[in-house]
Amino acid sequence: MNLTLKIWRQKGPQDKGRMVEYKVTDISEHMSFLEMMDVLNESLVAKDEEPIAFDHDCREGICGMCSLQINGEAHGPDRGITTCQLHMRMFKDGDTIYIEPFRANAFPVIKDLVVDRMAFERIQQAGGYISVNTSGNTQDANSIPISKHNADLSMDAASCIGCGACVASCKNSSAMLFVAAKVSQFALLPQGKVEAKDRVKNMVMQMDLEGFGNCTNTGACEIECPKGISIENIARLNREYLAATI
Amino acid sequence: MSGFLSSSIARKVAMALSALFLIIFLLIHLTVNITSLFSENVFNELSHFMGTNFLVQFLMQPILIFGVVFHFVMGFVLELKNKQARSVKYVKYNGAANATWMSRNMIYSGLVILAFITLHFIDFWFPEMNYKYIEVLPEDPTRYFEELQHKFTNPLRVGAYVIAFVLLALHLLHGFQSAFQSIGLNKYTNCVKSLGKIYAVAIPAGFIIIALFHYFNH
Amino acid sequence: MTTLNSRIPEGPIKDKWTLYKDKINLVNPANKRNIDIIVIGTGLAGGSAAATLAELGYSVKAFAYQDSPRRAHSIAAQGGINASKNYMGDGDSNYRLFYDTVKGGDYRSREANVYRLAEVSGNIIDQCVAQGVPFARDYGGLLDNRSFGGVLVSRTFYAKGQTGQQLLLGAYSAMNRQIARGKIEMFNRHEMLDVVKIDGKARGIIARDLITGEIERHSAHAVVIATGGYGNVYFLSTNAMGSNATAAWKIHKKGAFFANPCFTQIHPTCIPRSGDYQSKLTLMSESLRNDGRIWVPAKIEDAQAIQQKKLKPIQIAEENRDYFLERRYPAFGNLVPRDVASRAAKERCDAGFGVNATGEAVYLDFAAAIKRYGTEQAKIHGINNASTEKITELGAAVIEEKYGNLFQMYEKIIDENPYKTPMMIYPATHYTMGGVWVDYNLMTTVPGLYCIGEANFSDHGANRLGASALMQGLADGYFVLPYTIGDYLADDIRTGKIKIDSPEFDEAEKSVKDQLNFFINNKGTHTVDYYHKRLGQVMWDKVGMARNEKGLKEAITEIQEIREDFWKNVKVPGSLNEFNQELEKAGRVADFLELGELFAKDALEREESCGGHFREEHITDDGEAKRDDANFAYVAAWEYTGKPSEAILHKEQLEFKDIELKTRSYK
Repeated sequence: MNLTLKIWRQKGPQDKGRMVEYKVTDISEHMSFLEMMDVLNESLVAKDEEPIAFDHDCREGICGMCSLQINGEAHGPDRGITTCQLHMRMFKDGDTIYIEPFRANAFPVIKDLVVDRMAFERIQQAGGYISVNTSGNTQDANSIPISKHNADLSMDAASCIGCGACVASCKNSSAMLFVAAKVSQFALLPQGKVEAKDRVKNMVMQMDLEGFGNCTNTGACEIECPKGISIENIARLNREYLAATI
Repeated sequence: MSGFLSSSIARKVAMALSALFLIIFLLIHLTVNITSLFSENVFNELSHFMGTNFLVQFLMQPILIFGVVFHFVMGFVLELKNKQARSVKYVKYNGAANATWMSRNMIYSGLVILAFITLHFIDFWFPEMNYKYIEVLPEDPTRYFEELQHKFTNPLRVGAYVIAFVLLALHLLHGFQSAFQSIGLNKYTNCVKSLGKIYAVAIPAGFIIIALFHYFNH
Repeated sequence: MTTLNSRIPEGPIKDKWTLYKDKINLVNPANKRNIDIIVIGTGLAGGSAAATLAELGYSVKAFAYQDSPRRAHSIAAQGGINASKNYMGDGDSNYRLFYDTVKGGDYRSREANVYRLAEVSGNIIDQCVAQGVPFARDYGGLLDNRSFGGVLVSRTFYAKGQTGQQLLLGAYSAMNRQIARGKIEMFNRHEMLDVVKIDGKARGIIARDLITGEIERHSAHAVVIATGGYGNVYFLSTNAMGSNATAAWKIHKKGAFFANPCFTQIHPTCIPRSGDYQSKLTLMSESLRNDGRIWVPAKIEDAQAIQQKKLKPIQIAEENRDYFLERRYPAFGNLVPRDVASRAAKERCDAGFGVNATGEAVYLDFAAAIKRYGTEQAKIHGINNASTEKITELGAAVIEEKYGNLFQMYEKIIDENPYKTPMMIYPATHYTMGGVWVDYNLMTTVPGLYCIGEANFSDHGANRLGASALMQGLADGYFVLPYTIGDYLADDIRTGKIKIDSPEFDEAEKSVKDQLNFFINNKGTHTVDYYHKRLGQVMWDKVGMARNEKGLKEAITEIQEIREDFWKNVKVPGSLNEFNQELEKAGRVADFLELGELFAKDALEREESCGGHFREEHITDDGEAKRDDANFAYVAAWEYTGKPSEAILHKEQLEFKDIELKTRSYK
C-alpha cells in the first residue's frame, strides 16, 4: 500500500520543530509500524537526508522504549499493544498517518520523535522500591504467605512498562497511572507496607515537581495503556495518599 | 497554593469533596422544588422554612456559597495547570478514541453551569436577599410559589434553563463517578457508575420538568 | 603464551564457595567509598551488581544505552527462573540443579562455577520476594512452581509470562534506591566505546553521550561488563534491536580472551520472517510443542503451491503431509530437544518444503490436539454423537485455556487464526552461551576487568537450559561478583582516584574519536543495515544451525569481504555531536563484523558436535550430535592479536570430578 506520512521533525531540544510530509510506497500489510519507519529511514539515508529519530528496542512490546502518538493516539489505533507491535494492516492504502512524539512538558523532545522520560526515572528514585539490602541474608521466600488475590493484583500493577502512553494520551498530561501502578504493586504486598506512607508521599511529590498535569479521571490512560493497567490503581493511589497525609 | 492543597491529589480530593457536597445540595433543592408540581402549600411551607431558618440562612447558605465558589475556582485553577502541562499541542489528537466527551469537556459544561448560576442568582437570590435583608419587607409565607411561577413565563428563560440542565446532566455523568474515584472509593465502581448515571439524568430532568410544568401551567 | 588460570578454589565441590568466601580479602567500609567501580550494562546482571556494590559502599557509575535501566533486554524473558528451593518436595537439591545444568550444557561448562550457581539460586528467590517481586502464588499464599524444559523436578518460579520483567524491575528498584542515596551515578543513553588500561589494569572507559554526542572519560578502580550476548551478529534474532557486543568486543581487543563464540542457542519455535524488511524475530513459548504437530507438505509441488498462496494447508490431505519430527524421531516425536527440532526444520526448508512466501517456515498444527481434547471433553460431559463442529468448539476451548495469550500474540503478528489454520514457525537465534572468558572470580584475563551475565561464557556450556539465564544474571550480580571483586580491590585502597588525563586515556579517546570521525566523513554508498543484513545472511546460512568445514571456510572469507567493503563504502548520515542512531549502529556493526569471523573460526576449530554447535561431519550413524570428549573437553579462549583470523587459541581443559561424562541421548 501507499501512504502519506506527516511526521514531526525537530533537530534538537532548542529547535522549534514542524510537521514534514513523506510518501512511502509498496508497504506490506504484514510489516510492523516500526519496520515501515525503517523502510522510510533507509530511503532517506539513500537520498542523503537525515533519518527520522525514534525510540525503540525490544520490538516485542515489553521494554517500553517505543512511543509515538499515531493519528492522535498513543501507540496508535490498536489496543493492548505498543507501537512496535502495531501492524500496517490496521491502515488502508492511501491513508494519511500523523506521527508525533509523546507530548508533555515533562517529556521534552530530544530529537524528532524521541522524548526524554527522565521524569519517570526521578519519580521511581523518589520511592519506587522496598528498602531491603541485597545481601542475601533475607528471610526465606515462603516465610510470609501472601494471598493469591493480592499477589495477582500486585502483578497486574507491576506489569507497567514505563512507556509514558498514559501521560501522552491524557488530555492533562497526568502521570497518575504510572505512579499508581508502582504504589499499588508495593501497597498490595506485606513487604511494601512498612514504608508505604513515605513512598506514596515522596513519589507524588516528585510527580508534581516534574510538572505533570492533574488527573481528572477521564480514563484515557487505561484505554491506551499497552498493558491494560486499570485506573482502579489510581483510586488505590488516592486512598494510600489520603491515608498517608491525614 | 500552600499546605495540603499543594499536592495534585489533595486538590483533586478537595474538588471531589466539594462536588459531593453540591451533589447532596442538588438533591435537596430538587426535593423542595418538586413539591411545587403537586402542592402550592407544601412548596410554600418548605420555602419559607428554608428562607427563614437561622441555621439554613447563616450556616448552610455561606457553606454552600463557599462550596460553589471553591468548586469553580479550583476547577479553573486545575484546568489552567493541566493546559500548562502540555505547551506544545498535538497536531492531531484523537481524544474521542479513549475518553467520553463529558470527561474531556468538564470545563465547558462547568462554564455553562456557571452562567446559569449567575442567571439563577439574578432571578432568585438577589431579589430574595433584597426582600429579606435590604428592604426588609414583611415575610409573606405564601409568596414563594407565585414568584416561582412568575419566573417561568418567558420562553427564552425556560429555554436557557433547559439547556443549562442538559449540560449539568453531562457534567454529572462524568463528575459523579469521578468524585468517587478521586476520593479512592472505586471499589464499588459498577454500583457507583450506575447510581451516577441515574442521578445525572434524574436530577436535571426533574428541574427541567419543573420549569416546563410551570411554563405550560401558569 | 599466557596460561589460563581459572582460579578454582580447592576443596570438595559443596564447600568450595563457602571456604573461598571465608578466606577472601575484604575492603574496609571506610575505604570502600574511595573506590570507584564502573558497571557497563544495567540488565539483570549489571543492575543487580551495581545495586549491591553501591549498597556495600563502593562508588558506582552505571551506564546504559537506553533511557533507563528498566529497558534492558532481560525484561523480555518470559518463562521463569530456576532455584533449587525444593518447595515442591519433589527431590530437588543444589546437586540436582548443578547436575542438570552441566548435563544440559553438554559437558562444556566449568563444574565449580555451576555448583556455585546452584548454591546461591535459592537466595535469589528470597531476595526478590523481599524486594517486592510479585511471583505467582498458590491459594495457600505460598510460591508456586512450574516445571520446565526436560528436567525431572518443578523448580521454576515465575511471574505470569513476564518473569524477566519483574526480576529486572526488582534489580532496577534496588538501583533506584542507591541512585537516590547518591551511591550510584547513573548514565542513561551512554554507550561505552572503549576500555582504558593503565599498567595492565582496567582503569576506566571512554563513553559517548548518545544525546549530545560528547565523548567522555570515566575512571575507576575496576570495570564490570554486563552487556549481554551477541545474538544480533545474525541480524535477525530474538534480541532487542540495540543489543550489541561492542563492550565485550572492545575489551577483547584490549586483552580479554573471548571464549566459545560458536556456542549459540537457536530456538525452534519463533514466528517466521514475513519479508526482507523484517527487523526482528519473536519467540513463542516452547510449551506449544506439547500439543502441536510439526509438518511440511510431503510433495514438493504442494509446498510450492503453498508458497505461492495457491493452496491452503488445510487442503492438504493427511497422507500428503510429512510429520518430519515424528518420522525421524519416533520415540520423542515433536518433543525432541531444541537444537534437534531446529535443525530438522531447517533441513526440510533447505530442501524446498518451506511453507510461507520466503520458504522458511514449517507448520505447527493444533488440529489433532483440538480434535483429541474435543472428543475427550464430549465424553466427560456425556455428549453422545457430538458433531464435528461441537468437538472442534470444545477442543479449541481447551487449547485456549492453555495457550490463549500465545495464540493471540501470533494472530496480532501474522493475522491468521491459529485455531483454524496451522501456525507457522521457524527457528531463530535466541541466546549466546559463549562470551568473554572469566575465571572463578568472574574476572577476565585483564586484571580489574570483570564480565558477568550473558556476556561471559561461564555457566551454560554448549547449551543453556530454560529458565537458567535469569538465574545466572542475578547470581553473578547479587551474590558472586560483589564478594569476588573485593578480593581484587583490597589491593587498591591506597591507589587514590584514577586520573583521567593520563596518556592512556588520551590514546583511547583518540582511537574512539578517529573511528567516529571516519564514519561521519566516509560518505559511502550503503547503509549500516545493508552490511548488517549481509553479515546476518552469511552467519545464518553457514554458521547457523548446522555447520561444516567448507561452509565455515567460505563464511570466514565472505565476512572478511563484507568487512572490507564496509570500511570502504559505509554511509553514515548526520554529524557527531547530536543524537545519531545510524552512527551508534555503525560502531556496533563494525564489531559484529569482526566477532562474526572469530565465531566462524571457533566453529571451524571445534571438530565435534555438542549442544548448540552442530558439525555435519561429526554425527552418529543415526544423525545425532557426536561429542568428542577426548579432544574437545576444553573451553576455547581466543586472544586477540590484531585480526580475528590471527586470534590465538588458549585451551582451558575442563575437569569433571563430580559428574560422569556421558553421551546425551534423546532416544
